[in-house]
Amino acid sequence: MIEVKNIHKSFSGVEVLKGISTSFEKGKTNLIIGQSGSGKTVFIKCLLGLFDYEEGCIAYDGKVFSELSEDQKRNLRAEIGMVFQGSALFDSMTIAQNVMFPLKMFTKQSRSEMEDRVDFVLKRVNLIDAHNKMPSEASGGMQKRVAIARAIVNNPKYLFCDEPNSGLDPKTSIIIDNLIQEITDEYNITTVINSHDMNSVMEIGEKIVFLKDGLKAWEGSKDTIFKTDNEVVTDFVYSSELMKKVRQMYIEEKQ
Amino acid sequence: MKYLHYIGTYFLMIVEMFRKPTKWSVMKQLILKDIDDLIIGSLGIVAFISFFVGGVVTIQTALNISNPLIPKYLVGFATRQSVILEFAPTFISIIMAGKVGSFITSSIGTMRVTEQIDALEVMGINSLNYLVFPKFISLLLYPFVISIAMFLGILGGMAACVYGGFSSLSDYIIGIQTDFIPFHITYAFIKTTIFAFVLATIPSYHGYYMTGGALEVGKASTTSFVWTSVVIILLNYILTQMLLS
Repeated sequence: MIEVKNIHKSFSGVEVLKGISTSFEKGKTNLIIGQSGSGKTVFIKCLLGLFDYEEGCIAYDGKVFSELSEDQKRNLRAEIGMVFQGSALFDSMTIAQNVMFPLKMFTKQSRSEMEDRVDFVLKRVNLIDAHNKMPSEASGGMQKRVAIARAIVNNPKYLFCDEPNSGLDPKTSIIIDNLIQEITDEYNITTVINSHDMNSVMEIGEKIVFLKDGLKAWEGSKDTIFKTDNEVVTDFVYSSELMKKVRQMYIEEKQ
Repeated sequence: MKYLHYIGTYFLMIVEMFRKPTKWSVMKQLILKDIDDLIIGSLGIVAFISFFVGGVVTIQTALNISNPLIPKYLVGFATRQSVILEFAPTFISIIMAGKVGSFITSSIGTMRVTEQIDALEVMGINSLNYLVFPKFISLLLYPFVISIAMFLGILGGMAACVYGGFSSLSDYIIGIQTDFIPFHITYAFIKTTIFAFVLATIPSYHGYYMTGGALEVGKASTTSFVWTSVVIILLNYILTQMLLS
């Protein structure tokens, strides 16, 4: 479980996060949603310790991140898997080498043990014949799956995904969403996903935190987001014609 | 104030580069890869430039010696001194600032833009040690490149001198042996080792701390070349003053 209390973050005097408090539960897919510029990426980078914040605290299973020593932080980070928006695969390595990288860095496994584990996770994300491809030879969807494989290869306790569906077609997006959901359930990890894709919210949003202008505007689940009367949330959720029709159907069904 | 901030960040980067070392089995591979990219990959251009510039130095010297009282072997002497003292350590370093420096800045800058450095940091890896330290270690072989540049510069001078008809081979060989001071080689290698550190760290700094996208990677490479050259020229002056005067 990750607990966040009153996080403030500014850039050049402009406050981007204005005191966010929430928690992300273990074994659940926790979504952070909001419009572009609402502070989602800054928030996730604060959670990961990539940005220092001015005020507040973040605790990973009771361990306050800012109070940890450098070694403790490094050990904690070894328990974190991250899927970046642009996948962030290492260009100079093959797909198999990318996935093997965390094992080489943090474990004392033999070469054959590492290869077995890489085979296992690549199969898990449905990539069987891609071991020797370079990241530049893989499609966007494949790169995302490799990034997920790299994130889970070392059995992380926490999985972060920054817009895992950006740039993907709807079908591949659903595959990626389901994969993240399955992995969360299978390994019982705390998953935090940053997204502005309403399809993802409907597919896997077990807990949703809605950000607006650096503030937490709403918190709930995929079941409650359609029932809320919070104007800020409804403005965002029903911004497309399709979602307006979904809401209309929902209201009619309710009546 | 802005420049003080940059200088401070640069020195903090150097301190951080030596902290939290990456696992040796991984570091070994990174060093070997960087030796291939930065040292072996530069030998061709260094050999080509050294040979021909050595030749040009000889021709220019020979053409400017019109007084018949000046001995012919002076052409070899002047070529040796120019190549060992300045051409090989300094001129080649400026060329390396363009070739190796922009490679380092653009490769690290691209990693920054595509969040690969963030990926390293999230994994708990000291990205400065992982990225910059192997470049620094591999560039410790830079004096080896400069030895080749010295040899080929003098060889190019000899070819130009003999085949251009400026003096005989024996005069040239006497020239390159005349008044040889071994400390000049030491001086050249001291300079080269310090330039190697500059070549590894300043381009890395510009790549590592860049912000923006692809356009900014290009700008960072240019800025890195300018600053690396400026620092090399300044250090060249200071070291020459300290070691030779």
